[in-house]
Amino acid sequence: MEKFTTHTGRALPLRRSNVDTDQIIPAVYLKRITRTGFEDGLFAAWRADPEFILNAEEYQGVSVLVAGPDFGTGSSREHAVWALKDYGFKVVLSARFADIFRGNSAKDGLLTAVLKQEDIEILWKLVEENPELEVTVDLQAREVRVEGHVFTFEVDDYTRWRLLEGLDDISLTLRHGEEIDAFEQERPKYKPRTLPAAV
Amino acid sequence: MPHTLAEKVWADHVVRSADGEPDLLYIDLHLLHEVTSPQAFEGLRQANRAVRRPDLTIATEDHNTPTLEIDKPIADPVSRLQIETLRKNCADFGVRIHPLGDAQQGIVHVVGPQLGLTQPGMTVVCGDSHTSTHGAFGALAFGIGTSEVEHVLATQTLPLKPFKTMAVTVTGALAEGVTAKDVVLAVIAKIGTGGGQGFVIEYRGEAIEKLSMEGRMTVCNMSIEAGARAGMIAPDETTFAYLKGRAHAPSGADWDAAVAYWKTLRTEDGATFDAEVVIDGDALTPYVTWGTNPGQGLPLSASVPDPETDFSAEVDKTAARKALEYMGLEAGTPLREIKVDTVFLGSCTNGRLEDLRAAAAVIKGRKVADGVRMLVVPGSARVRLEAEAEGLHEVFLAAGAEWRFAGCSMCLGMNPDQLAPGERSASTSNRNFEGRQGKGGRTHLVSPLVAAATAVRGTLSSPSDLAA
Repeated sequence: MEKFTTHTGRALPLRRSNVDTDQIIPAVYLKRITRTGFEDGLFAAWRADPEFILNAEEYQGVSVLVAGPDFGTGSSREHAVWALKDYGFKVVLSARFADIFRGNSAKDGLLTAVLKQEDIEILWKLVEENPELEVTVDLQAREVRVEGHVFTFEVDDYTRWRLLEGLDDISLTLRHGEEIDAFEQERPKYKPRTLPAAV
Repeated sequence: MPHTLAEKVWADHVVRSADGEPDLLYIDLHLLHEVTSPQAFEGLRQANRAVRRPDLTIATEDHNTPTLEIDKPIADPVSRLQIETLRKNCADFGVRIHPLGDAQQGIVHVVGPQLGLTQPGMTVVCGDSHTSTHGAFGALAFGIGTSEVEHVLATQTLPLKPFKTMAVTVTGALAEGVTAKDVVLAVIAKIGTGGGQGFVIEYRGEAIEKLSMEGRMTVCNMSIEAGARAGMIAPDETTFAYLKGRAHAPSGADWDAAVAYWKTLRTEDGATFDAEVVIDGDALTPYVTWGTNPGQGLPLSASVPDPETDFSAEVDKTAARKALEYMGLEAGTPLREIKVDTVFLGSCTNGRLEDLRAAAAVIKGRKVADGVRMLVVPGSARVRLEAEAEGLHEVFLAAGAEWRFAGCSMCLGMNPDQLAPGERSASTSNRNFEGRQGKGGRTHLVSPLVAAATAVRGTLSSPSDLAA
């Protein structure tokens, strides 16, 4: 996984709450078996509307998404994270994220930073007034900085460390193979197995 | 210190615990389907890794599969490739699969329980948010993303931070015509789509204890719609009776040992939850959604709310305005007057035999209203066979409904079963998100009883609205 330390880029104000993963990428785009190439599915239904903010010329090239609360609810599809990343987003800011989406983001190096809703509102206003504003998201300092404002954000220590180091979970876990072996030795024998198959 | 059910199951699966790190949790059962697994298997191949425990892993095909003409090749080449990829991955890595056409194929969350693979006190995961369904057995079951699918395939574990616990107590007895679906829609309307965020919900109380396993699965299934990672119900005699004799349930001395353990899986007296919610089960009536998230629900007897006067927070007003615009609804319209085009009976929420029986009892001897189409999609091939053995298909067909093959179908419209733009459905599924059932489609979530009555009247209705 790529390391994430600090990112500076322009931001998209998405004034919506409850942006579920069906909106981030509709199900018809989930049929691919690759891990990349999902940018065309990002907000596909909304992007069909020329008035949708992501279609506005002044917001082309944005990389920081500033969203309403309860971002990423619904389906567990990691394709939602892939679509955001493939489109070019590096960071999503929201007052509240759905758990699975947040977990998926951490696996793929997309930073989901929790800000207070009042700070989100200030950010919305700032980048609506001036879409050219550059927003800096500093994971080291846990800060969002823009035009003299400094907003602190929440991210847990472990996720922060993994993102800063760009670490892969499977490799980390496999260092504890002996502990997994030992646990398996103690599992009760009444626990079910799928094989051999019974029907 | 006394512990909750969720804490006990968690503690029994901790492989490793260290300060400043998530716990490493052992996974007892890993369910796979075609949509969220291809990239995980590809990751294994690239790293030259095997599936650690094929004997704790099982796959089926559900999201993409057609519900008509299942003997023919899948028409959509992209869907077909995804299905074929799952079959190849399972063959290459030694994973059991129940493909389309197999008698055990079906929605992954219907298949696990019916095979007896889902049991109390287990950890169950799947790359699907409705994995919470399996919590009905007192298992800790939750949806994961594709990176985590790969992690479980490779290690049979997951690094996880402990969840908070929430008790949702449903007191009293449900009135006739009030179902598990109405209970969970009422819970979500009360706590909101983010209300359960970070929590495992334990459903308790008299109304929950009286539910069948099917009803409990419906309740736990939609925990995710309240933002919760999982929902659980303590196992009891209803649970044991459901499991006894199933293909993968323990037998003989193993059964006795298992039941002895399962009986310990209860929240201990004096244990504290991080949050508690109480719902008056006696007062519940059929619930339906009016908006575009599952928290936007009301009793069927209510009217479409007014964004300007019925909400206080600006963010809720905006959400309601956008929802009414998308849904094509006017504030103040009685919900019972909303006309639908399509009724969908099925999904991992309400596609089990009991759901089909309940709907069939309402629709028997009646007709689906003119201009309304009704799709009945059993949750699994076995549910379909069992329903046919009882003659339920004849009831639906005689009423003018369509009797389909098993799968996720119109719940998410990945296969050809979709709403057309502007089309409105009453659906027993779990999500009324914009475009979920087809681009521009409008969804009202309902129980199987309301679905059947709505099909007959053509407007959102409960069985009590039907003339005797």
